[in-house]
Amino acid sequence: MNALSTTDSSSPSEISRPTSSPTSSPTLPQTPSPMTSHFLEIDGISKIYPTAKGSYTVLEDVNLTIDEGEFICLIGHSGCGKSTLLNMVAGLNKPTEGQILLKNQRITEPGPDRMVIFQNYSLLPWKTAYENVYLAVEQVYKHRSAQEKKDITLEHLELVGLTEAINKKPSQLSGGMKQRVAIARALATRPEVLIMDEPFGALDPITREEMQEELVNIWETHPSTVLMITHDLDEALFLADRLVMMTNGPSANIGEILEIPFPRPRNRAQVVESPKYRELRNHALDFLFRRFAHDDALE
Amino acid sequence: MRENRYFVCLLVPKQGFEFGIAEILLEIECPITLQRAMSANLTPPITKPNFLVSWLKNPPQKLFRPLIALLFILTLWQVLCGSPESSLPSPIKTFQDTSDLIFNPFFDNGGTDKGLFWQILASLQRVAVGYTLAAIVGIGLGILIGSNAFMFEALDPLFQILRTVPPLAWLPIALAGFQEANPSAIFVIFITAIWPIIINTTVGVQQIPQDYKNVAKVLRLKGFKYFREIMFPAAVPYIFTGLRIGIGLSWLAIVAAEMLVGGVGIGFFIWDSYNSSQLSEIILALIYVGVVGLILDRLVGWVASLVVPSEPQV
Repeated sequence: MNALSTTDSSSPSEISRPTSSPTSSPTLPQTPSPMTSHFLEIDGISKIYPTAKGSYTVLEDVNLTIDEGEFICLIGHSGCGKSTLLNMVAGLNKPTEGQILLKNQRITEPGPDRMVIFQNYSLLPWKTAYENVYLAVEQVYKHRSAQEKKDITLEHLELVGLTEAINKKPSQLSGGMKQRVAIARALATRPEVLIMDEPFGALDPITREEMQEELVNIWETHPSTVLMITHDLDEALFLADRLVMMTNGPSANIGEILEIPFPRPRNRAQVVESPKYRELRNHALDFLFRRFAHDDALE
Repeated sequence: MRENRYFVCLLVPKQGFEFGIAEILLEIECPITLQRAMSANLTPPITKPNFLVSWLKNPPQKLFRPLIALLFILTLWQVLCGSPESSLPSPIKTFQDTSDLIFNPFFDNGGTDKGLFWQILASLQRVAVGYTLAAIVGIGLGILIGSNAFMFEALDPLFQILRTVPPLAWLPIALAGFQEANPSAIFVIFITAIWPIIINTTVGVQQIPQDYKNVAKVLRLKGFKYFREIMFPAAVPYIFTGLRIGIGLSWLAIVAAEMLVGGVGIGFFIWDSYNSSQLSEIILALIYVGVVGLILDRLVGWVASLVVPSEPQV
């Protein structure tokens, strides 16, 4: 497991803040329960973009705590700041107010402990599947031998079922295979948090279901904390432990969090047929289309 | 019994250097004897002739049309310039006048009286030096400007002005600065070729997709590693566009520069021929200049095809 390396926070009080006593962070009017230490804490996050017509608030005072090993799905209409929120967890974007703590350390920059899987795969087109994964392995396991790095790379390509295609370039791979490479690349670094921004959005429905099952299988054998944006309610209900539903922007926030209690390993047919599934689905639909309806239809 | 069905694999040349395999199902109804004879040596006779036939069929057509066009132009030229009082030589006269130069390109009588091979070589050497310098400096500056918004905003307007200055306009200032002909000619090549290289490299670096930058950020690729793994491969198609424009401009500029600075070189050879009224020699030199320019362009294109990743951006 690679060490968490977001230690260069400017404010020393936030590096290892005591969890048993109340903190005195100046940016935070209210602090989360000081009694418990959460794995990932999104703490009073606001994101305001300055524009020509004045400031535009994308997110306002978002709070969410996530335990280690949880599978969280985020759903919401486009423009609600889901991606902005996850980019801030990834460190690609900085919050205007508030902070995000991973194991009590403030996230200040991107790092391989929070790997991101993008909707458009983000594979480097001039590298083969193997080289794409190896680049990540090389960056994270800097002190391992070449053979070990090679083994780790091959192991993860095998995990996603790509042993045959390791020497192919992304342009020679189908969408599903590309996303498998991206997943292998992300998992190979053993991230603490796996961030996925609509990972299966560009796939056809059949491949999408296959990839969901594979993802769950891999996640169950290689546990990590997952944050995933989706537009697909069924996908969220099949995958997630909790479903975070966002209100509409501007000044979006978390509207409601649904606990999804289906036992694991989940069987898609059983899940779909259970009355609880229909109840949760109707509840979420009600939230998205009635209470927080949007001009744009849900994809 | 369907033994008289044969799968025949054909190697069909596609674009570039790739070969595609086309499978054709042939249903052959023929006498048993012939059938047996065919199946005995099926693969070689059908595969090879087809490959050869298709190979022979395409290039001749591609050669045929330009040849006709060339013949037409030569005929027109002959008709227009065939009369004795014509101010320009006809193609036949050009060939007669210059056959010595054509068949003996390697003579060296000292001074500037050298065969066309040496003349062109001298020009190519100047281009090689000036262009190489332009490539190194241009790519370096392009990367610097492309990856730094401040530098881009500071220098881009300046470059946009300087790049429109015609190559020969730089020559007097170069002669004044270097006090010597040869470095001045090389400087003209350098300053001509560098702008497209800088500008294309800058664009290449600026257009690196945010996705790749995000990957680099998440993996903490920095410094030289970022350059090697992300920036250079992403920008290299643009860099080669600049290099290819640059080599063309260099060759355009060298002829003009050499006309003014003198010495051995194809440019001065043309000027010298004009001064001694050897119009046929000028025409021959122009043809050589055109052919060499084409070869230079294709050479850079060929290097690009080796270096540039074949896959387009996803």
